[in-house]
Amino acid sequence: MASTAELEKIVSQVRRDIVRMVHAVNSGHPGGSLGCSEYLVSLYFEVMKHNPSKFSMDGLNEDLFFLSNGHISPVFYSVLARSGYFPVSELATFRKLNSRLQGHPTTHEGLPGVRVASGSLGQGLSVGIGAALAKKLNKDNSIVYTLHGDGELQEGQVWEAAMYASAKKVDNIISTVDMNGQQIDGSTDNVLNMGSLRAKFEAFGWDVLDLEKGNDIASVVATLKKAKEHTGKGKPVMILMKTEMGHGVDFMMGSHKWHGVAPNDEQLAAALAQNIGDKDY
Amino acid sequence: MKKYTYTEKKDTRSGFGAGLSELGKSNPNVVALCADLTGSLKMDAFAKDHPERFFQVGIAEANMIGIAAGLTIGGKIPFTGTFANFSTGRVYDQIRQSVAYSGKNVKICASHAGLTLGEDGATHQILEDLGLMKMLPGMVVINPCDYNQTKAATIAIANYDGPVYLRFGRPTVPNFTPADQDFKIGKAVMLNEGTDVTIFATGHLVWKAIEAGEQLAAEGINAEIINIHTIKPLDAEAVLASAKKTRCVVTAEEHQMNGGLGDSIAQLLARELPTPLEMVAVNDSFGESGTPDQLMTKYGLDAVNIVAAVKKVITRKA
Repeated sequence: MASTAELEKIVSQVRRDIVRMVHAVNSGHPGGSLGCSEYLVSLYFEVMKHNPSKFSMDGLNEDLFFLSNGHISPVFYSVLARSGYFPVSELATFRKLNSRLQGHPTTHEGLPGVRVASGSLGQGLSVGIGAALAKKLNKDNSIVYTLHGDGELQEGQVWEAAMYASAKKVDNIISTVDMNGQQIDGSTDNVLNMGSLRAKFEAFGWDVLDLEKGNDIASVVATLKKAKEHTGKGKPVMILMKTEMGHGVDFMMGSHKWHGVAPNDEQLAAALAQNIGDKDY
Repeated sequence: MKKYTYTEKKDTRSGFGAGLSELGKSNPNVVALCADLTGSLKMDAFAKDHPERFFQVGIAEANMIGIAAGLTIGGKIPFTGTFANFSTGRVYDQIRQSVAYSGKNVKICASHAGLTLGEDGATHQILEDLGLMKMLPGMVVINPCDYNQTKAATIAIANYDGPVYLRFGRPTVPNFTPADQDFKIGKAVMLNEGTDVTIFATGHLVWKAIEAGEQLAAEGINAEIINIHTIKPLDAEAVLASAKKTRCVVTAEEHQMNGGLGDSIAQLLARELPTPLEMVAVNDSFGESGTPDQLMTKYGLDAVNIVAAVKKVITRKA
């Protein structure tokens, strides 16, 4: 088990990776990536049972993770590389021609750690449910994790999947919604107010957990471990995780403006100064 | 003209159901999903015999495609079943991203394709599905002609690793291909060797091509008839060899001209062997309510239309 301090150190390094990756190609999505750094580090470095050195598509007897909001690929790639799925140096190829690190994650180029393409929103919960059903058929009691943006919940397929998961008692899945309250055109409340997500998911038959401090590593780890205890009880498990878009870089925080914009040289230097790390690629 | 006979008429969807049932017994990795059309798709037997491997998803086709993609992760071979319209157009982006681009081993099985769905009308009569599916990189597109061939194709695609679109239909049609046929994906089937013209037909139009061939033979026209059950990958070798021999071509399908079999063959011939070509297909139109036979006649998909197209294309021969 890693200590909170050790995990925080990894988070800081991941944040450095994120801003450097998007800066290098002047494109990509830093805001949501920064906000989900604690979540992904917790999963890959503490909570999930997985085998980075021997990636297999089927992932038998391993916990699986599906990123449904594929645009936060920078944090996903950084965490995959840092946990050993592929060389950290490959992060330098992000969004460049002939790279395995496409703008949005894909299996097409054979990047270890990615099991389905995502980017067109709303599809990951269905895929995660399918993988969870395969685990049940295989008598594999590992867990499937999925992550979704809050804006993404405006896609209807998410609710088809949510209805299915509870009706068919898919209780080996832990989904998380990144509730940063922002989407491209502004705050989620202004773009399309979704009301109470807790009430909605409960009405859809999910076991709902709140994670108020999604950018506090100890809280994230504790909630994920608690969620694990909620699996196997006949209901799919949902974590509503409050995060701050752009967390860890003060001028990117709390605004949708850094959803899909890269920092310039000066901003990169400022962002790096706020996140200490000595293992840059 | 080689003589073709049949003992009974059967629906191609029942061939799918029979094939799926057989797979249920022979391949434990085969799983099936259906969006509230189990009876229409003839998936009842599989659902009854293998309840643990059958997933009723309700009227939620997008979710069905996503779940199917996920089931492949863990080694399952999912067969999804719904009408062709809801198997393709409704879920195009789900198929594109979660199945095709992700290279998932999902078999998208689509019934009630085309006009022969009949009375339900144009909302359900998709005539664009072959085009939609063949445009997706890596997607195999199959449209068998009768019960036996649909059953054989269903079994064959389970042994192929990759996404497949399998199209079949609602009405009963002559069941004339051998029950023990060896279905080879991408391999055209020679039905009648001829010299004057080639008729390339797919799906329900294959039997109509045979009927047309008999009428033409009676008038002294010797038609070569080839069943193209796999639209993609197209059997280019067979198409080019026949076009080279007969020097004029008719295509026949229950689909729009845009994007269908005729379009694929025209493209190949234009590139490799420019040849006069006529298409028997729906010409940029939606269907409507009616009996299958009435609709095939109104929209020009009968043997008589194939005969007319043959006579026209022969006059264009160099």
